[in-house]
Amino acid sequence: MKSIAMPLMSLQLGRRHVLLAAAGLALTSGPAAAEIGVDEATKFIDAITKQLMETVNGPAEAAAKSQKLEAIIEAHVDIEAVARFCLGRFWRGATPQQQKSYLDLFHRVLVNNITGRVGEYQGVTIVTNRAAARESDVAVTTTVTRPNNAPNRVDWLVSAESGKPKVIDVIAEGTSLRLTQRNDYLSYLSHNNNDLQALIDALRQQAGK
Amino acid sequence: MPDSSSSRVSRNWFCAVSLAALASLAACATPPAANDQEAVAEFRETNDPLEPTNRTFYAINNGLDVVILRPLATAYRAALPQPVRNSVHNVLNNFGNPVTLFNDMFEAKPRRAGDTLMRLLVNTTVGVGGIFDVATDWGWPAHDNDAGMTMALWGLPDGPYLFLPVLGPSSPREATGFGVDYALNPTTWIGRGPTVNALGYAKTGLGALDARSAVLDDLDKVTSQALDPYATIRSLYRQHRQSQIDDARADNRATVPAWFPATGTPSKPGAAVK
Repeated sequence: MKSIAMPLMSLQLGRRHVLLAAAGLALTSGPAAAEIGVDEATKFIDAITKQLMETVNGPAEAAAKSQKLEAIIEAHVDIEAVARFCLGRFWRGATPQQQKSYLDLFHRVLVNNITGRVGEYQGVTIVTNRAAARESDVAVTTTVTRPNNAPNRVDWLVSAESGKPKVIDVIAEGTSLRLTQRNDYLSYLSHNNNDLQALIDALRQQAGK
Repeated sequence: MPDSSSSRVSRNWFCAVSLAALASLAACATPPAANDQEAVAEFRETNDPLEPTNRTFYAINNGLDVVILRPLATAYRAALPQPVRNSVHNVLNNFGNPVTLFNDMFEAKPRRAGDTLMRLLVNTTVGVGGIFDVATDWGWPAHDNDAGMTMALWGLPDGPYLFLPVLGPSSPREATGFGVDYALNPTTWIGRGPTVNALGYAKTGLGALDARSAVLDDLDKVTSQALDPYATIRSLYRQHRQSQIDDARADNRATVPAWFPATGTPSKPGAAVK
């Protein structure tokens, strides 16, 4: 019994693999922009981290630094993709109006949170180390050193889904910023009757601060 | 179907046990309706069946933190310059090395155990009782290890999230590990008496100050920026533990020193087989 069943199963598996491979080919030959090379991603992060260092360590006033930092975020972070990830299953259930106001608020809160800390990063150095493919994205590992702090490992997840290489996650010492944010939002929603409007109102309050 | 009912049984059983243990304090989270599959998946992933109880302890800990630990840690940071605080941190770390070493060995990680042993020897002697971390400069960097990680590498699952009074974020595995590490620590067993006890309390107190002062700014940020700080800390804690465990698992450096003639890579296929 077993000896007959085994080859049959492996045959079925083989077929499934062929099917999956074909599907995979169809996907990759479709939107060519979805893939990104390891070298390309490394160069991209290297360039961004140089800009970041120049900005936060530069002689400009805090307000000017914040503005420059905001421009870097706008240009190189796929904020919409991050926002959608953070909302999880609630994104699909949202009305277009809710999606729009959520995106706007998410954008503002994210930018505020980062630019609000510009002073703390004075003296930072970032060294790009290596990169590795992670599914269709690339994780670029860097070492971030702040004065009087032990060096931290920070991974930057780069995706080309939007057509250009963009940062979609920052993983500091193994903790993903977008995953943490998503868990925060989903827990908030589950304690507010899964009412998206409650989350949007809370974000509006945060953005107004 | 049988899967979901058995997990419900085990959850109920778990709740019943915790109820007994925590008397009237325990309350179990209400799972979402079974037909909302995504919500159910999310509930399982969160794996926090005791959430109401955990939140109670989180609130108590937070209250204690606001009135006791946070002000003390702030004062500690303000009173002592960075180099002094670094030295305190180094000494405390050096006291932790025996426990780290035991766990490195239990995990069968020879290079990690070697790093820890050299750290203990070098920092205790050349580093003057652990005040200076000479070993890192000499090529034996520090790494995290504890019995919770050892059990994880042995294949024990984490279990549901627990927020313990005073100790904070944990899980059945991590709480067990905390007890094991306490038992593994040589300082637990060296004599008894007023002096030893006082030194022990001083070490614990300094450890709390050292740990709390290191996360003053980060924790303030979490409580001010998160919509649900409890859930954010749960997420951060879990991810941080997972990354520590992944790092330990991935550290499979060869035990053969660099200067040793290479025998592991035969020049011809089959040359190593005699």
